Amino acid sequence: MKILVCISHVPDTTSKINFTDGDTKFDTNGVQFVINPNDEFGLTRAMWFKEKQGASVDVVNVGGPETEPTLRKALAIGADTAVRVNTEAKDGMQVAKELAKVVQDGSYDLVIAGRESIDYNGGMVPGMLAALLDANFVNNCISLEVDGTSAKAIREIDGGKESVSTSLPLVIGGQKGLVEESDLRIPNMRGIMMARKKPLNVVEPTSASAETASVSFEKPAPKGDVKLVDADNVGELVNLLHNEAKVI
Amino acid sequence: MSVLVYTESDKGTFKKIALEAASYAKAIADKMETTVTAVTINADDTSVLGNYGVDKVLKVNDSNLDAFNAKSYASVMQQATEKEGAKVVVVSSSADSKYMAPVLAVNLNAGYASNVVEAPSNTAPFTVKRNVFTNKAFANTSIDTDVKVVGLSKNAFGVVEHSASAAEEAFSPSLPESTVNVESVDKVTGKVTIADAEVVVSGGRGLKGPENWGMIEDLADVLGAATACSKPVSDLGWRPHSEHVGQTGKPVASNLYIAVGISGAIQHLAGINASKVKVVINTDPEAPFFKAADYGIVGDAFEVVPKLIEELKTFKAQQ
Repeated sequence: MKILVCISHVPDTTSKINFTDGDTKFDTNGVQFVINPNDEFGLTRAMWFKEKQGASVDVVNVGGPETEPTLRKALAIGADTAVRVNTEAKDGMQVAKELAKVVQDGSYDLVIAGRESIDYNGGMVPGMLAALLDANFVNNCISLEVDGTSAKAIREIDGGKESVSTSLPLVIGGQKGLVEESDLRIPNMRGIMMARKKPLNVVEPTSASAETASVSFEKPAPKGDVKLVDADNVGELVNLLHNEAKVI
Repeated sequence: MSVLVYTESDKGTFKKIALEAASYAKAIADKMETTVTAVTINADDTSVLGNYGVDKVLKVNDSNLDAFNAKSYASVMQQATEKEGAKVVVVSSSADSKYMAPVLAVNLNAGYASNVVEAPSNTAPFTVKRNVFTNKAFANTSIDTDVKVVGLSKNAFGVVEHSASAAEEAFSPSLPESTVNVESVDKVTGKVTIADAEVVVSGGRGLKGPENWGMIEDLADVLGAATACSKPVSDLGWRPHSEHVGQTGKPVASNLYIAVGISGAIQHLAGINASKVKVVINTDPEAPFFKAADYGIVGDAFEVVPKLIEELKTFKAQQ
């Protein structure tokens, strides 16, 4: 089985979010970039398929040279090779079209992407990729088993979960549950050394263009101070929630 | 040329998010001086949709659509869009709609903006405001295609009533072969779910153990709320993973979020920031959550929560 894991290069959760150029560009100054958390669950599950079922695992990112450290980290975790599509990621459709070309060229059976990235939160690349490839698709996937060309998955739904059966070729929008947080892998020294020797192939983009554009950014209005209520006067909280906040 | 909206139902009854999506579609239609067409799938009484700005309902009734299937539902919506000549398609942010919308966007060659929080600021170019960076910022996003798909964030626009009636038309689109088949559904019954809740009561490690969750459930019961928990609590196995809210858990966009014994790690705040009013009960006055909260009580949850339950019962009895 050939697996491709899509890796988003995103600001660490604790990053300060600021914008430059008249609030038209994300300010990367001082920002630490990481593998998108939802992609990390997928990458770890892919490692399981590699170790238990002999699958090959490649990783891919659409982005400039600045994303290569993130791809190297994925190689250090255990991926075999990495592909970087050498173009700025502009929107979900453009990224999905670039990824579709990589999937077709590499004849992958299973593509695992995170359900959404923690920067632009579009939640669209896995579904768009599946549709472009005419592949099966399971979103919000919290469990995945593959046997030959058959697959069984569980997806999280509002208020519960749903078990589905499908077949390869398959695209997964993954999240926590594919593996547990405690199973996530941290690259060890040997992995880091080996990652230096693994291929990181840079491919040129297709002519895919974006269909949406972030024209400008805004930050939420500053929040006022918390209104503290005395622990001996809980009735006041009820009063505030009813008369002031109007939420009960 | 109407604005098309997918109005989701559950066991034949419309969800609140469907009425919100219809209200939002009406706001767009007013800006574009056109009408609203709703698509319903196996819904019972669709006459209510007129009260939320819908002019016409395309009623789809097909037992093959009893179980949600992204490919089939996207095909239904694609055919409805083409039939109506719609230029804007509105969907909600439910798990199912977020599953379907990207597939629909590809089918329609449409640009798609998700997590949208306001009516378009402009219709040419079509520009919407959406949540980005896990609720830490907004992006004003233009959709530059002929047909546009807009995913509305839950609780962002609200339900707006209109006094009108909607014409109904049976619609029988062709369905693609299903290649992702539902084997079983395990859904919580008789409980408010995080996805549908107006109020969420969430517990953290400050509760000291799963045996103390009774008071969280009692507080949720009196408020008609869903229960939730922080990541450490689900990692410890005190509560099911389905209750974990936060960046890698479920997002929450409720009207009221009450956090009991949760310090407010940045990953947790990222997942609940879209909630309108946040209340924190914590013994530690330095807990970061107090900086993000609207109301707070510095105190022992084991003393404060029972008192709060009693006060709420008294309040409810007076209503």
